[in-house]
Amino acid sequence: MAEEKKLFKVTIDNITVEVEPGTSILNAARMIGGEVAPPAMCYYSKLKGSGGKCRTCLVEVAAGSTADPRPMPKLVASCRTNVMDGMIVKNITSERVQDARKGVVEMLLINHPLDCPVCDQAGECHLQDLSYEHGAEGTRYEFPRRTFEKHNLGPYIQLHMTRCILCYRCVFTADQLTNKRVHGVLDRGDHAEIATYIEKALDNDFIGNVIDVCPVGALTDKTFRFKNRVWFLKPEDAHRDCPKCSGKVTLWYRGDEVFRVTGRKDEWGELHDWICNDCRFEKKKTSDWVIDGPTKVSRHSVISANHYVDTVKPHEALPEVMGGRNPRLLMDIHDVSEVNKPNIDLSKIPGPAHSNDFKKKD
Amino acid sequence: MAQFSDEKLKKVNEIIARYPAGKQKSALIPVLHVAQEEFGGWLSSETMDYVASLLKLEPIEVYEVATFYSMYNLKPVGKYVFEVCQTGPCMINGSDEIIEYIKDKLGIKVGETTADGLFTLKTVECLGACGYAPMMQLGKHYREHLTKEKIDAIINECERNAVTNN
Amino acid sequence: MGRKLLLEKAHVPGIRNYDVYRREGGYRSVEKAFKTMSPDQVTEEVKKSGLRGRGGAGFPAGMKWSFLAKPEGVPRYLVCNADESEPGTFKDRYLMEFIPHLLIEGLIVSSYALGSNKTFIYIRGEYAWIVDILEQAIAEAKNNGFLGKNILGTGFDLDIYVQRGAGAYICGEETALLESLEGKRGNPRIKPPFPAVKGLWDCPTVVNNVETIAAVVPIINITGEEYAKIGVGKSTGTKLISACGNINKPGVYEIDMTISVEEFIYSDEYCGGIAHGKRLKACIPGGSSVPILPANLLLKTAKGENRMMNYESLSDGGFATGTMMGSGGFIVLDEDQCVVRNTLTLARFYRHESCGQCSPCREGTGWMEKILKNIEYGKGKKSDIDLLWDIQRKIEGNTICPLGDAAAWPVAAAIRHFRDEFEWHVQYPNAAQNRNYGLAHYADPLPVASAPKA
Repeated sequence: MAEEKKLFKVTIDNITVEVEPGTSILNAARMIGGEVAPPAMCYYSKLKGSGGKCRTCLVEVAAGSTADPRPMPKLVASCRTNVMDGMIVKNITSERVQDARKGVVEMLLINHPLDCPVCDQAGECHLQDLSYEHGAEGTRYEFPRRTFEKHNLGPYIQLHMTRCILCYRCVFTADQLTNKRVHGVLDRGDHAEIATYIEKALDNDFIGNVIDVCPVGALTDKTFRFKNRVWFLKPEDAHRDCPKCSGKVTLWYRGDEVFRVTGRKDEWGELHDWICNDCRFEKKKTSDWVIDGPTKVSRHSVISANHYVDTVKPHEALPEVMGGRNPRLLMDIHDVSEVNKPNIDLSKIPGPAHSNDFKKKD
Repeated sequence: MAQFSDEKLKKVNEIIARYPAGKQKSALIPVLHVAQEEFGGWLSSETMDYVASLLKLEPIEVYEVATFYSMYNLKPVGKYVFEVCQTGPCMINGSDEIIEYIKDKLGIKVGETTADGLFTLKTVECLGACGYAPMMQLGKHYREHLTKEKIDAIINECERNAVTNN
Repeated sequence: MGRKLLLEKAHVPGIRNYDVYRREGGYRSVEKAFKTMSPDQVTEEVKKSGLRGRGGAGFPAGMKWSFLAKPEGVPRYLVCNADESEPGTFKDRYLMEFIPHLLIEGLIVSSYALGSNKTFIYIRGEYAWIVDILEQAIAEAKNNGFLGKNILGTGFDLDIYVQRGAGAYICGEETALLESLEGKRGNPRIKPPFPAVKGLWDCPTVVNNVETIAAVVPIINITGEEYAKIGVGKSTGTKLISACGNINKPGVYEIDMTISVEEFIYSDEYCGGIAHGKRLKACIPGGSSVPILPANLLLKTAKGENRMMNYESLSDGGFATGTMMGSGGFIVLDEDQCVVRNTLTLARFYRHESCGQCSPCREGTGWMEKILKNIEYGKGKKSDIDLLWDIQRKIEGNTICPLGDAAAWPVAAAIRHFRDEFEWHVQYPNAAQNRNYGLAHYADPLPVASAPKA
């Protein structure tokens, strides 16, 4: 008879679970689920080496183990700290943790552009969720926000460096899914950035997954750019027989039109399977796919707020205000117009743009 | 495209040989130093790609490292680069005045190069010469206990060397 | 005059060369260790000596050595941390420049103890000329049979290589140093695993500061027991202090940790008093990251006792009234120095040197610098001082490596002890542009706190 594997008992926020040795505190907390699971902006269970950097998942270890019940003096990153037998962890029951997390969220936001109204990630942005749950109402940061030179990563992936929180997930993705990484983290400290150094397109078969792993709107789907808000779309699980990947995806519909394709995500926002660029960017007809049924969306998600249950196209308000014209694509004004000196980057203007911003001499 | 001389290649191979097989990436920082010295005091993307090919690395691995460390110049610099320390111990010994003096004297701002391509002024953080402040690095060596007179002398010395070396 | 163990011979003419160094008794410790001691006995001596890491953290060196994992068939490495970059610190440079063979000798004995056949000196890139000095010393040692194959007929092989960094303070943190030595960005690693288990190229590794390694030489020569008798309490042996700032005699001094801070600053043997006859205002006694203290708390502890130049006494009172020995970078500020400006340059330093991995350090260091700049240039608000306090509090302890703490502490200590000066800057922004706050009350004798009865 095989010897029974000894499990470790760990107590998180007064709830005890038994887990395999080698399990991280974060994953033990995810087994309990709900609010006990700390937020994670950089850790990604499917990416080796990820985690430890964002500091949002800090928890207090009130007792190290049964053998050595001393508390750990510092808060620890739960994603990269393994449980010990008899460990006692405090997450939402620790004021220290709540205070530190609030601090981390503030740090992540001081240079974040808060351009959610024009950001494609809005509605499925982990930083939005985090700010909603742990952030302060206002900012104490009174300085211009950090900006970067723009880089073009090719026809599929749109980079907005100002939104990046340097989680390194996209770097790990390229390292672990592709045979040739062309982007990385350049420079250091507060001007470190995701870039390719010399302008290069990211075109590996699996590189599109960086869009799904990005916790914010730094890397978004260029083929879906400004096309629709995610909460106006209806997600359906679908699959196809793909020679490159599992072919298991989520199709995002408006009416009977597929607006975008993503991988299928679990309750922690992580992909079940990586998908290839063909499935993601090239297969946008229902006839390309076998539909499995509506995607289960958490009732707390903004996406479930649309009560969009069938494939009947919702009432389109746009043609009414545009004199009957129905634009297929809403574009960045600067992509189509020379109005308002196009060399002015709206994202660099703190707060709403004012006529003075355009009158300013460069 | 520029390549290392046989002598420099030998040096590069000596550096690689220090590390266990397959760990040639460890040679990256020393080899970038050699490359910067060899190819005009800065690292162009061509130079970095060349180093990547020598060490069998992806170019991005080289860019990531070269942009992290402050000693690598990623843009062309003057023949003589004044790297003046401005951190606490140098500041309390008057580094601010020294920096102002060099700016006036050379007519450039921090980060700029003189029109003749001779001098670049950079400010740097602590170089570990706090007892001999104010100070700057010039090439391989430190110039310490700086005064305005010493700055004049250093500039003269560089100008003389530039003439004799041409 | 205190006992010298490291720098005693540093100024013998020609000591940089092997012949002179050897004539003066150099490499005796290698002979003693290789011929009469086992590797474990060497480690035991270092444990007995009570030697504490001289890089800043002060962790017992012998204990660090004994943590080294020794799995069969896996190479082990010793890496010498010569990435001296902490503002105020220039002692390792001095040692390597003047008496390089002492470091090489220490590395040979230490490598023998740890079983490292390939040892690296990771030196900060700016110390470019010292690389030549060290490589010459290594070549001389090799020519004389102290390096290479089968050293002194023991069958022990050792090569030492010097590797230059390229400008990054963070590489002084041991795991960032290892990353850099592997040819990567200097991002500190998440611990555990510690280098003793998984270090350079995933092999067990010990990283020690230059001065720590050099101290192994006298420990073997005079025995650990004798070494432990020098100094006081857990501050055993001698310590190099690099003194700088507004003093008459800046330089590197070897002290035996039994003298008072006052004696160190004012005696002619050491700093020779404050320059230009001015008065002492403040001091950062252990490198820029340790808390700054005003003159009164520097010279006396809160209990009214003389503060001594050793680990325990400098940290007496905790951060409320004490500071730390740190790396021994002793920065003295006279009455005309502005604490706000000094704090600003340090905040700028840490912002510049943050690797950018952890959000609190990446974002917080820049934020602190910007606020300090406003205060220094007359644009500060009173609430900025509390905001600064809150930001440093949110960085401290919440990052992967100690750089976050190192960035937070100088700001915290400056506000804790010099709040009046910050407030003066905010209240009189114009005056603050033209003159400094001066000595104020920072040297006034403190009321001695009545010692709690045991």
